[in-house]
Amino acid sequence: MSQQGYVATPPYSQSQPGIGLSPPHYGHYGDPSHAGSPPGMMKPAGPLGAAAPGGMLPQGPSPPGPQQFGQNGAHAQGHPPQRFPGPPPVNSVAPSYAPYSPSTQSSYPSPASTASVTQMASQLNAMHINSYGSGMAPPGQGPPGPPSAPLFQGLPRPPQPSIMQPGSQVLPPPPTALNGPGASPLPPSTHRQDGLPGPAPLNAQYQPPPLPGQTLGTGYSPQQAGSYGPQMAGGQLSYPGGFPGGPAQLAGPPQLQKKLDPDSIPSPIQVIENDRATRGGQVYATNSRGQVPPLVTTDCVIQDQGNASPRYIRCTTYCFPCTSDMAKQAQIPLAAVIKPFATIPSNETPLYLVNHGENGPVRCNRCKAYMCPFMQFIEGGRRYQCGFCNCVNDVPPFYFQHLDHIGRRLDHYEKPELSLGSYEYVATLDYCRKNKPPNPPAFIFMIDVSYSNIKNGLVKLICEELKTVLENLPKEEQEETSAIRVGFITYNKVLHFFNVKSNLAQPQMMVVTDVGEVFVPLLDGFLVNYQESQSVIHNLLDQIPEMFADSNENETVFAPVIQAGMEALKAADCPGKLFIFHSSLPTAEAPGKLKNRDDKKLINTDKEKILFQPQTNVYDSLAKDCVAHGCCVTLFLFPSQYVDVASLGLVPQLTGGTLYKYNNFQMHMDSQQFLNDLRNDIEKKIGFDAIMRIRTSTGFRATDFFGGIFMNNTTDVEMAAIDCDKAVTVEFKHDDKLAEDSGALIQCAVLYTTIGGQRRLRIHNLSLNCSSQLADLYKSCETDALINFFAKSAFKAVLHQPLKVIREILVNQTAHMLACYRKNCASPSAASQLILPDSMKVLPVYMNCLLKNCVLLSRPEISTDERAYQRQLVMTMGVADSQLFFYPQLLPIHTLDVKSTALPTAIRCSESRLSEEGIFLLANGLNMFLWLGVSSPPELIQGIFNVPSFAHINTDMTTLPEVGNPYSQTLRMIISIIQQKRPYSMKLTIVKQREQPEMVFRQFLVEDKGLYGGSSYVDFLCCVHKEICQLLN
Amino acid sequence: MATYLEFIQQNEERDGVRFSWNVWPSSRLEATRMVVPLACLLTPLKERPDLPPVQYEPVLCSRTTCKAILNPLCQVDYRAKLWACNFCFQRNQFPPAYTGISEVNQPAELMPQFSTIEYVIQRGAQSPLIFLYVVDTCLEEDDLQALKESLQMSLSLLPPDALVGLITFGRMVQVHELSCEGISKSYVFRGTKDLTAKQIQDMLGLTKPAMPMQQARPGQPHEQPFVSSRFLQPVHKIDMNLTDLLGELQRDPWPVTQGKRPLRSTGVALSIAVGLLEGTFPNTGARIMLFTGGPPTQGPGMVVGDELKVPIRSWHDIEKDNARFMKKATKHYEMLANRTATNGHCIDIYACALDQTGLLEMKCCANLTGGHMVMGDSFNTSLFKQTFQRIFSKDFNGDFRMAFGATLEVKTSRELKVAGAIGPCVSLNVKGPCVSENELGVGGTSQWKICGLDPTSTLGIYFEVVNQHNAPVPQGGRGAIQFVTQYQHSSTQRRIRVTTIARNWADAQSQLRHIEAAFDQEAAAVLMARLGVFRAESEEGPDVLRWLDRQLIRLCQKFGQYNKEDPTSFRLSDSFSLYPQFMFHLRRSPFLQVFNNSPDESSYYRHHFARQDLTQSLIMIQPILYSYSFHGPPEPVLLDSSSILAERILLMDTFFQIVIYLGETIAQWRKAGYQDMPEYENFKHLLQAPLDDAQEILQARFPMPRYINTEHGGSQARFLLSKVNPSQTHNNLYAWGQETGAPILTDDVSLQVFMDHLKKLAVSSAC
Repeated sequence: MSQQGYVATPPYSQSQPGIGLSPPHYGHYGDPSHAGSPPGMMKPAGPLGAAAPGGMLPQGPSPPGPQQFGQNGAHAQGHPPQRFPGPPPVNSVAPSYAPYSPSTQSSYPSPASTASVTQMASQLNAMHINSYGSGMAPPGQGPPGPPSAPLFQGLPRPPQPSIMQPGSQVLPPPPTALNGPGASPLPPSTHRQDGLPGPAPLNAQYQPPPLPGQTLGTGYSPQQAGSYGPQMAGGQLSYPGGFPGGPAQLAGPPQLQKKLDPDSIPSPIQVIENDRATRGGQVYATNSRGQVPPLVTTDCVIQDQGNASPRYIRCTTYCFPCTSDMAKQAQIPLAAVIKPFATIPSNETPLYLVNHGENGPVRCNRCKAYMCPFMQFIEGGRRYQCGFCNCVNDVPPFYFQHLDHIGRRLDHYEKPELSLGSYEYVATLDYCRKNKPPNPPAFIFMIDVSYSNIKNGLVKLICEELKTVLENLPKEEQEETSAIRVGFITYNKVLHFFNVKSNLAQPQMMVVTDVGEVFVPLLDGFLVNYQESQSVIHNLLDQIPEMFADSNENETVFAPVIQAGMEALKAADCPGKLFIFHSSLPTAEAPGKLKNRDDKKLINTDKEKILFQPQTNVYDSLAKDCVAHGCCVTLFLFPSQYVDVASLGLVPQLTGGTLYKYNNFQMHMDSQQFLNDLRNDIEKKIGFDAIMRIRTSTGFRATDFFGGIFMNNTTDVEMAAIDCDKAVTVEFKHDDKLAEDSGALIQCAVLYTTIGGQRRLRIHNLSLNCSSQLADLYKSCETDALINFFAKSAFKAVLHQPLKVIREILVNQTAHMLACYRKNCASPSAASQLILPDSMKVLPVYMNCLLKNCVLLSRPEISTDERAYQRQLVMTMGVADSQLFFYPQLLPIHTLDVKSTALPTAIRCSESRLSEEGIFLLANGLNMFLWLGVSSPPELIQGIFNVPSFAHINTDMTTLPEVGNPYSQTLRMIISIIQQKRPYSMKLTIVKQREQPEMVFRQFLVEDKGLYGGSSYVDFLCCVHKEICQLLN
Repeated sequence: MATYLEFIQQNEERDGVRFSWNVWPSSRLEATRMVVPLACLLTPLKERPDLPPVQYEPVLCSRTTCKAILNPLCQVDYRAKLWACNFCFQRNQFPPAYTGISEVNQPAELMPQFSTIEYVIQRGAQSPLIFLYVVDTCLEEDDLQALKESLQMSLSLLPPDALVGLITFGRMVQVHELSCEGISKSYVFRGTKDLTAKQIQDMLGLTKPAMPMQQARPGQPHEQPFVSSRFLQPVHKIDMNLTDLLGELQRDPWPVTQGKRPLRSTGVALSIAVGLLEGTFPNTGARIMLFTGGPPTQGPGMVVGDELKVPIRSWHDIEKDNARFMKKATKHYEMLANRTATNGHCIDIYACALDQTGLLEMKCCANLTGGHMVMGDSFNTSLFKQTFQRIFSKDFNGDFRMAFGATLEVKTSRELKVAGAIGPCVSLNVKGPCVSENELGVGGTSQWKICGLDPTSTLGIYFEVVNQHNAPVPQGGRGAIQFVTQYQHSSTQRRIRVTTIARNWADAQSQLRHIEAAFDQEAAAVLMARLGVFRAESEEGPDVLRWLDRQLIRLCQKFGQYNKEDPTSFRLSDSFSLYPQFMFHLRRSPFLQVFNNSPDESSYYRHHFARQDLTQSLIMIQPILYSYSFHGPPEPVLLDSSSILAERILLMDTFFQIVIYLGETIAQWRKAGYQDMPEYENFKHLLQAPLDDAQEILQARFPMPRYINTEHGGSQARFLLSKVNPSQTHNNLYAWGQETGAPILTDDVSLQVFMDHLKKLAVSSAC
């Protein structure tokens, strides 16, 4: 469809049902109590511009102090009691069941709300975990017996010490008995639970695996024992707060945990499947305020009816607490994860483009918010009241329209900005740099041609690939060819620029050796239209590998490379993106020279954070310059040893670029993954030279931002570029009371340059509910978004705080949120019961996954680069990506129905769910594993690999052979479906059960104890429960 | 040897030497009273078709402080096989190879006709010549095109094994790598950042291979070219490549906005050129040829900013100390020039632009290294094209008329010391027994380096007589001077040319007439002029004129014949008669007068004045005027306004300009078209004659002069009018109406007035 010339098109005019309900909400804006907001609340005036005035500081009771600390610091400092189980906070919301009163229900007429009612009804069974046996035990069964009580009360039991005795092989029987006959035998997990008390007894318990069906090879268990022993020690160390009682108390739970059936604790898979069952495949209309969207894992069609699609914005909660006291009490972060350029499936309507010509967008005079459905037209349409600041503005003459009988403009459905949550404006010259229309962006390819890259064939690979991939440069839909210009630089310790002007017979190479003060040696002919210069470019790409074939240069520079690209864009006066293909630590004498500082001794000390900080501030100021000139840096790293990702990755991160890392790149293994990433990255939808501004209605404001962004002041989020996979997480804080009737409104405006060189504004609007009932708040939470927020805030804090503190804060906050619910919202129950709100049922398991992420694990075994890499990845992830990243998808392939196109139902990430007769596919967005049980069905092996038996499978392959057989076809289709939605190409690793590579695979079984420490789901749940109990007491 | 004139001429032809005095006053005191110092113009490589070089090495005096070369003036004991050095009187054994000598079997160097002899040194590696083009790309399209063609043409003129390199500059400086095939590759430098030689070599990647080189050096200096082979390649290998490269040269692509000059990084480009050769080819013959079409506008060595509204400095600005970049730029180029000179390379400057190009600041590059300086309006003129072509002209042997890396050593007999030299040279700071404490020109040394020289390069060398007044006329009655010039011939051979001369001593009191008769007024005028111009470079113009005037008056007082206080009685002998006239024209010349000349022009004129031989220098001082008329064959006429007559065609040669001037009547005839009528063919011939003569001069001269064809009343006639002696001006109207020439509208004094004053002052006892 054409984006130009907006006329009333079917999707709008048909979509009344929800919208019809909304006007009453807006009526509240006229409420005199809101008319005069305090002057200090005025929004800054500049277009997306000026810094917030001082009056924007929080006015709530919370001291300004916490703001100065890292995100986690803020939580911790703001709520000191949380760390020590002190007296529970006084609950101002008196009746904990109040939220479920019918009066509130009426405002949720959507089917979803009825679902929530039913879920609420089943709260007691799903949430009370003190039931053993099958996961979905019916309610009312109650605690099965005395053994459970001590577990949750954390009382030490006398027999425990005996478990720790080395010779206590006789002891396991009680656990097995407790598991009950119905439970499937889960030997490995049981063993690990046994091992919890300490390293010593582990071996002893492992040696005789007496359980039926256990076929563990003898060579296998010592291996496990050896690695698990010390890891548990690490696991304990990492949760001192979680196990405040020390070893004596610790000794208590393990034995009892054995009685805890993993099936009985909340299952992420179950939650995902439930949501999918109730909301999957339906149309989700964003017509009402504060409705909770389906989970990210659920496929549905989203129809924009006045609020931004959840693809663009997801919130941690869709109902904000009315007061900051309440917010503090619940400790639920108020945040939105915004993915302004999210890809929209083809069956949803793309964004409409509004063009007001020279007049430009209509904006509120005071807060500069853009015209949106939250503006209330009054006085017969002559004026309108801003929903954000309540200022009454005159309607500009060109924009005037009469109102209908319900006070709505007659053109309501004809103008996207009046009826839609998301739309785009054509920006006028006022919104351009120097008031000049921008030039189309440029892509510059910068290839490290040092010895190793030449030798391993990487340079040749890149050059070959560029020839085809440049054919697919992104372009505006209506354009014939891409407006993007391309340029090429190669470098080792000097830089080579290439003149590829179309009229040249041969490309010209210009060497810049002055890396100390790098500059652009040519203007004309560096950035060219690919189509025009195609032959010269091909000539160049053919020659580059040969040109450096006999180069022995091992040293490289890095900062000057970025500098050069940035200067080139600056000289050409256009925004753009640098694609840097780099492989080594830049040790050549130049700015940004790095030393190998990978000091494992720092791990687990207060100085560990240094490893995540850049080595020099060169990169920081470089990033600043890049952002100022709209230069986005995407880095493809091919390290064979430590390259200091923390330093090298800084510029890509701050400029909205992407970092790709291929450890020990090997042509035959990794080229496919790399080429997919490269293609994908080049073809991505992307906006350049962007400034994002979040405006909110009065009473709260955006205080903290996480993502691939750069901020010069507290309000303008600057991004050299933002693509469809990048999300910015925004945290909100109260600075006044919120009113239930007017709700909380958020407008996200992104001013950017399109790939065609047009300046545009992309507006996303979202309205949230406000409530003075805590239960409303808990009901509207979204765990996936919460985890996204927690991950980003924790990973940001990694730079400033010891990891131990961060882990403590995360555990404490989890406990606090749940305790608050328990105290204020849940029906009274035994103190030993762990009660989780429906919306946070899987918070503990996800939180545990986050805590087990290698970034937060202080383990010297994990490469520093890998930790820095993952830290950076997560910082820009959207909700769907972070969900998968922290809780991988594990699909049983052996149960595949080759006739159906649907993915098999996922299973929980635990070794106990694997079976040696099965084949399982695991994906987390970065990696993909195909795990083959030793007794995998031969027909499947034959079908997938086209080899006669398990033993014949070659695990070196990274793609499955194309076998003309339904198994193979379906499996490959599944892999491509999983891959399709993900920003990073996943490298497929074939893992055979009981072979060495399985260790890597096991790290992703996140419900189990981590290979490098980190407790199992069950253990963590116990730990959280204990915390909650302490908080409640 | 009938007259001194013949003697002088003979000596010049044989030795390339002209002395101011050909009989030398025998004491210091007397010498100073002679006013004109004892000095000579030496043309070290004067073309001598009759002088075949000898293929062996010279025999040196064994005294370490002397090391004079065996010459015809030495006393030889043929039986004892001994020779006595005529400078230090050391008795030396002949080397074994000379055992066969006798009175009848003399080696060439002992024969009197070989007072100048050239030795070819066979030792040492021969390294090819190097030509490094440094090309400005901030030119107009047609200028650049013309320059490209000239450069491409020059490739065919270079010796095939010569190494050639290319640096282009504009806003950036590009050093082109010539060895690569396929992609053309260049190293680019920022035009604003000065770099040390070390940095340049690092950045060009020249240092790494050089390290092991130095260790391995004694054995194999041949590998040295390998080091920089990427940038300097034998012409025969890459001439196609380079021709293409030059063909593809584009104008500097950086946009130049209205009201701005293009950014031109001449300073850095030169610095890189110097640094490139410095690291790779020290002490081998190399020419850095800078082609520039405008002033340096950025970086070190910038002469003017890029704002067009700020004009480039004029003499007026310099006098008022308003030239804000001049000192810094001059310092930059001086530093470069000195480094270049140290390495034995030379820098040519070819500056073609309508406005100034900063020659004032850059002049030292050519002056100190013996490079050429050519100034023109455009590269698209025959002036540039032919001048440039002439650089590669060949002599009778088919060798290029250029030599490199020369050192000139002067040895004197005891009564003399050398006070200094003026010419395209730098001091090597070699102190020795024959170095005078008084400096004239570049002094304090007995050796000078001349990095680039050609057969006409001429140095003025100044001596001091140190014999005491009461000491007898020195033994033997003759003073001797030996000039030893070691240089790299264009065929890459090392050669040594030795010129040994001797002159008689005379007691100035008793034999003043002898001395007077042996005065070479032409040489003296040029030598004094060189001193004056040398001073003018550092002193204020009027001071220099006053100094020249005083010297002239003193000379007249010393050698004139007159009665005290009676100007009319003043007479000068024949050997002095022209000298005052030379001085008159010198005073008016652009070498000393900056009025009406830009600083660049002054630098250009002075550059050529300091290196041309005597004849050319004299033309520069006093231009030659020929007259063509129906009244007889062409004849030289006085450089006087009275020579400008209506029925004459005048041809003036000022060295820098050739002016053909048609008198009023001739011009009218030509306008009427008589030359096309068969019956007036003689008129046609008359018109043609000066053109042919001019062509002859144009053919031979380097640099090619500006050719001006004008007529009475033409605007270009000013070139003639400004040179002639203004004997008739608007002030002495008595000549009006008479057929005696054209009045010059000037307040300048005429020669007559000048002479009147001179006589008056000379006879006055007040001075």
